[in-house]
Amino acid sequence: MVMNYMLSEEEKMMIETARTIAVEKMKPVRKHYDEKEEFPWDIVKEFAQADLCGVYIPEEYGGFGKGIMGLVLVVEELCKVDGAIALSLAATALGTLPILIAGNEEQKKKYLPDIASGKKLAAFGLTETNAGSDATGMITTAVKDGDYYILNGTKCFITNGGDAETYTIFAKTNPARGARGISCFIMEKGIPGFEFGKKEKKMGIKASSTRELVFNNCRVHKDQLLGKEGHGLMIAQATLDNSRPGVAAQALGIAAGALDEAVAYARKRVQFGQAIASFQGIQHMLADMATEVEAARALLYASARMIDSGTEKRTSKESAMAKLFCSEVAMKVTTNAVQIFGGYGYSREYPVEKMMRDAKITTLYEGTSQIQKNEIALNLIKEFATKSK
Amino acid sequence: MNIIVCIKQVPNTISVQIDSGTGRLKRDGVESIINPFDEYAIEEGLRIKERVCGKVTVVTMGPPQAETALREAIAKGADEAVLVSDRAFGGADTLATSYTLSLAIKAIGSYDIIICGKQASDGDTAQVGPGIAEMLNIPHVAYVKKIESIDNKSIKVERMMEDGYDLIESQVPVLLTVVKEINNPRIASLKGKMIAKKAVIKILDAVAIGADIKKTGLNGSPTQVMKIFTPPQRAGGEKFTGEARDVAAALVKRLSDIGIV
Repeated sequence: MVMNYMLSEEEKMMIETARTIAVEKMKPVRKHYDEKEEFPWDIVKEFAQADLCGVYIPEEYGGFGKGIMGLVLVVEELCKVDGAIALSLAATALGTLPILIAGNEEQKKKYLPDIASGKKLAAFGLTETNAGSDATGMITTAVKDGDYYILNGTKCFITNGGDAETYTIFAKTNPARGARGISCFIMEKGIPGFEFGKKEKKMGIKASSTRELVFNNCRVHKDQLLGKEGHGLMIAQATLDNSRPGVAAQALGIAAGALDEAVAYARKRVQFGQAIASFQGIQHMLADMATEVEAARALLYASARMIDSGTEKRTSKESAMAKLFCSEVAMKVTTNAVQIFGGYGYSREYPVEKMMRDAKITTLYEGTSQIQKNEIALNLIKEFATKSK
Repeated sequence: MNIIVCIKQVPNTISVQIDSGTGRLKRDGVESIINPFDEYAIEEGLRIKERVCGKVTVVTMGPPQAETALREAIAKGADEAVLVSDRAFGGADTLATSYTLSLAIKAIGSYDIIICGKQASDGDTAQVGPGIAEMLNIPHVAYVKKIESIDNKSIKVERMMEDGYDLIESQVPVLLTVVKEINNPRIASLKGKMIAKKAVIKILDAVAIGADIKKTGLNGSPTQVMKIFTPPQRAGGEKFTGEARDVAAALVKRLSDIGIV
């Protein structure tokens, strides 16, 4: 039973569709994909067939037009069952947002319909070995040559890397200008000079591919530039304002799934002649977990609604709050779920150890929890300064 | 190609109870679903449409609330839906149902393939599909597990048998009943659900299909439920223990005593 968040009929429809796929299609194979570390193409086809890939993309580009809230609801529901398989969809949203935010009409018409239909996946290429939290440290360059830019450099930790067809890539067009010298390009898999490097072996989200992108004198036409030259970092920041609720939804879904597993197990597991759910020690843990999950959901939905309403120019603070809170809750709740399962929770026979492994990434990518706090504090101080002027 | 899929709305069998007085299923307050075997029939209809082009019309006989099942079929991709509904159709057995549905199918118009699930999860008779084919005077193949080929004149299918399968070729039009091995039904898409919400469901009553109401519903049903009960649980078998030699001898003696060997 969740609280009443005044969801529309269409929003409930998205949840119901996602739940059907999660339970009927994902649950039977989640262990397989985790153990084999394979990309879940079979399930991606299900997402596509059910129109889930384009829930956040406007209807005029073939989507379902339900904004960040739509994305959040679908990702949460899928992640209750598996937080890794659902990432194929969530990371595609991250790779697509730069086009939605900064793309011109031609670019939108060219790329969005195939992503909305699920025919193509997308990926976001910002991170480099020495440019994580500090994106300005990137060394990938895009040098202008007539109507083309020539890219050289390597991106790392790219979710959907190798499996996506459409990439939004950030590179320095003017290294001397620092934060204002970065630009963003739409790049397609298969163009000469664009190769895939090392695939990461990870603690969790194993069904998701995380790979290096290598650019070696890769020529890209100037029509592929998103927005203006030098606006790349601003596009990246605006993208993260919109995409962090997606990570928060992933975290929330994993936490809610772990809570369900923990309650079911506590009712079933008998020790000292009674179900462990009858012990106050367990009850208090479950009560904390349920309260944290509900608080996370309320904060996330409020942030997503705020973004979709378009009333605020920037929503960096609210997005960061939702991401920070949901991901930290996911870590706490999944850890406690393992605790309630006891030794069985540590066994791969039960799903909670995987949920705990999958949850950890949400406190790390698209900005660590510490970076979220920087963002929140910075905006808090800025808002206060503006008010007191 | 015109494809007609017959479906039935049934109580979700997980929660069903039987009225001990009337011997009938208690349907009040029980969640209704599309008969699980009919889900495969809908999916196969959609696959034929995707393979050779055409139109899928889904038909059900039932009370007004059976409309929900039809909307679900539209959400999955069916083009049109017809609800065959009249008080005079109530209480029908398989004969009266076959009669009514065959008239409804004639009223809908031309058809090439009619698909039904092999049986309904409430009645479990598997008679309505073949019954419709008889009333329409067309061939039928039951327990179809694969459609090998299909065109405007003929169809080749695999019929599941206990020890393998039969490969059967039939003229078109034909009625097929399908088993769950035939496909993996799709999940309704968001756009499909939006279409289903707004879809107009055509309703056909006894007059519209030209039914003789002496042949429909309870009036037209020779089947009468005398008594319904839960069969007693089987008692556990006999166990022979001891040395293998003695056990074998005892077993053979026992089997010959009861006339099996």
